[in-house]
Amino acid sequence: MVAAVLVAFAGALGAPWVYRGLGNWAGWGLALLPLGLTLYFASFLPAVLAGQTLRHGVPWVPSLGVSLSFYLDGLSLLFALLITGIGTFIVIYSGGYLKGHPDLGRFYLVILLFMASMLGLVLADNIVTLFVMWELTSLTSYLLIGFNHTEFRSRRAATQALIVTAGGGLALLAGLILLAGMGGSWEISELLAKGEVLRAHPWYLGALVLVLLGAFTKSAQFPFHFWLPNAMEAPTPVSAYLHSATMVKAGVYLLARLQPALGGTEVWNSTLMAFGLATLLTGATLTFRHTDLKRLLAYSTVAALGALVFAIGMVPLTSYYGAVGFATFLLAHSLYKGGLFMAAGAVDHEAGTRNIGQLSGLFRAMPITGVAVVLAALSLAGLPPVLGFLGKEVLYSAALEAARPWMIGLAVLGFAVGATLALILTVPFFRGRPPEGVHEGPPSLWLGPVVLAGLGLLVGLFPGLYNPLADAVASAVKGHPVEYHLKLWHGLNLPLLLSLLTVFLGVGLYFLYPRLQDWMAREPVPGPESAYVGLMRGLMRFSSGLERLLQSGSLRAYLVWTFSGLVVLVGLALLRGNGLFWPQLPLGPHPGQAVLLVLMLLAALAALRLRAHLAMVVVVGIVGAGVAIIFLLQNAPDLAITQFLVETLTAVLIALVLLQIRRIGAVPRGRFLDKLVALGFGGVLTLLMLSMLAQPMSPHLSQFFAEKSLPEGFGRNIVNVILVDFRGLDTFGEITVVGLAGLGVYALLQRLRREEKP
Amino acid sequence: MEVLIAFLVGGLAAVGVYLMLRPHLIQFLIGFLVLGNAANLLIFTAGRLGSQSPPLVQRDGSLLETIANPLPQALILTAIVIGFGLAAFGIVLFYKAEQALGTLNAEAMPEVFEPAPAPSPVDQVRAPTPEKERIPV
Repeated sequence: MVAAVLVAFAGALGAPWVYRGLGNWAGWGLALLPLGLTLYFASFLPAVLAGQTLRHGVPWVPSLGVSLSFYLDGLSLLFALLITGIGTFIVIYSGGYLKGHPDLGRFYLVILLFMASMLGLVLADNIVTLFVMWELTSLTSYLLIGFNHTEFRSRRAATQALIVTAGGGLALLAGLILLAGMGGSWEISELLAKGEVLRAHPWYLGALVLVLLGAFTKSAQFPFHFWLPNAMEAPTPVSAYLHSATMVKAGVYLLARLQPALGGTEVWNSTLMAFGLATLLTGATLTFRHTDLKRLLAYSTVAALGALVFAIGMVPLTSYYGAVGFATFLLAHSLYKGGLFMAAGAVDHEAGTRNIGQLSGLFRAMPITGVAVVLAALSLAGLPPVLGFLGKEVLYSAALEAARPWMIGLAVLGFAVGATLALILTVPFFRGRPPEGVHEGPPSLWLGPVVLAGLGLLVGLFPGLYNPLADAVASAVKGHPVEYHLKLWHGLNLPLLLSLLTVFLGVGLYFLYPRLQDWMAREPVPGPESAYVGLMRGLMRFSSGLERLLQSGSLRAYLVWTFSGLVVLVGLALLRGNGLFWPQLPLGPHPGQAVLLVLMLLAALAALRLRAHLAMVVVVGIVGAGVAIIFLLQNAPDLAITQFLVETLTAVLIALVLLQIRRIGAVPRGRFLDKLVALGFGGVLTLLMLSMLAQPMSPHLSQFFAEKSLPEGFGRNIVNVILVDFRGLDTFGEITVVGLAGLGVYALLQRLRREEKP
Repeated sequence: MEVLIAFLVGGLAAVGVYLMLRPHLIQFLIGFLVLGNAANLLIFTAGRLGSQSPPLVQRDGSLLETIANPLPQALILTAIVIGFGLAAFGIVLFYKAEQALGTLNAEAMPEVFEPAPAPSPVDQVRAPTPEKERIPV
């Protein structure tokens, strides 16, 4: 399994070269990668259906408990098959849809990278691996939504999707770390066995909220749903793959995966059911606002994701309907929505428009795509004999067992919009005449929709084909083995009546559609997206305000910030640390030295008043020479000689260069703040020194250097040995700095000379 | 002696910082040099004063008890040289700035030197593809 995921990544990285080699056939060639992976994962079917779970891992960062460990049970196998299976058709489809696009090689690279990351995400057992893959899917999604990066709308939609999903990802990371701390393990398989411990833990609520934030943002749950319809700026293969069949289901996957560990508490059940239902209704309602094929499908995806979260919330409350309903509806939705998206793209590609009002008579022009659309729409509407019908029936059975009547009513309303949408999508295929010159696309464009929609019909007619896998998925979600007999006809019962009601409602809504659309277009309701926009604007305003405050461009402001920061931090550390001390040291042994110190201070103070450069040079010279004399008196001859040399050189430099500059003219009087900062800084330094001198000094390091100087450094001058031997690299760095400064001086003077010439 | 130097360091640092906050860059430079000297004195005194002889090993390889602390001396030696490098560069840079802008008043410089707004990085990365190459997606 580790190898399979790594092969997927490697294959993705090689995609641009394959495209260069195969050209227009690259789609078919590259599809071999997901196809091979599909077959590979299908080979695990017998073992998984027999109830086994497979685990395989290699250490990654063992010291941190991070391993590349993967885990295969019914749930991850279904997802792996969906990702690789649908991925196969998506890659073929991309070859036809984006034929000749200058960036197609890069497109293959990113979409295959996405597939590999998504595969790693659903297989991951280690929490860190899961999170890394989770973020990789967000990143690849960002690149794919912004594929047409010259369009402002694409860039904006990509950024929005990234900020929402990656922001949720941060919350998820914190939640997962909490979970690992609560359960004492980084492996999900081990955490699943510790459900009791996790649910009783005091951190449970915090961890749950964080994980839900991650899952809800990724799976476009209310109130984070707005990024998904905007993501329709992406090329259609991306919408079909990431934003309906796979990536947006990552959040749903995570919830289903953790259900046995976190699920079953009151807060879990009610939160998931409430947000799922709210999302279902939001998606359903907003469907009526649009005429663009892809936007219609996007809102229906939002609704379906809500239904899936609703189903997970019902899992603990039902014997098996919730889990089986989840398993069935998940597959049904991925098949019909992937197919519908690809078909919508094919229609757009051939007819040149995605506006539902401008399409007509397409069935005669594009019969193969038409058949696929009809089959997929049946599934969307939840009509027999296709898989969507089965999924909806089981979900209704679950709702009848677990949910309150008003919830069931709302769910029926939400699903009814699915039936309406099915009508909206299919009617243009039969009504009116086909436009001139529109014909069926190449096989690459219709193969995917036909196979996916056909699979929906096949499984609908023979539910036994999917039944074992559905049981395995349901068992994984439920946490213990589940057996259920999927069949089309259960007799005349309540779920069937609800289905009938759904269809009637849906048809009724279809006739209201034009009026509803007018009404909704007239009343723009501020949704959560306005909050997002407001937040982003606020952030921009805040950061530009902060920039004006901190990056004002004024040297004085920077220095005031730096020095007053130092005063506050060092002052606080002094006061809150050991407190202030007065050293028990004699004041001054020699009057001559005291005179020297006073002279230095006076010279420095004189610098405050002076305006002439030469006088300033003298002042600096007095201070520097004073320091050198202190060095000399205190047995530091090396320092003294260096200080004298440097002072002389500085004076020469200033004389050479600065004397050519005009005198300092009138400058404004010093501001009170400047004086305060300067005095504060000097005062803090004095206090710091006094307190420091009152403490005993550790002679440890100095003794080490003194003792090792001769035997290991072969020198008697300890200071020199430290510089060239013990801290030789440091001195090398110092020489480099001085050398670079010299180069800089040289370069500046050269430029001056060149500018002077003409 | 140490206590007196503590007050001297405080005084020098205050003068240095105040000069660095003045608008004229020459004052800034002088302040910088004074502050550098104060910092060196601080480190030097932190290693304690009052030694009897320089930090040298005797000819016979023995160590006197009363030698000066060698560690701060080594650190300050580096600091003096680097400080000089920086000061030298600063002096020439300010000279050059005066030549180019006609002023050494740091607060007047932004008005004299107003750079053109930089082009947005997004527009810079790639010019828009010509219309005929673009494929409706």
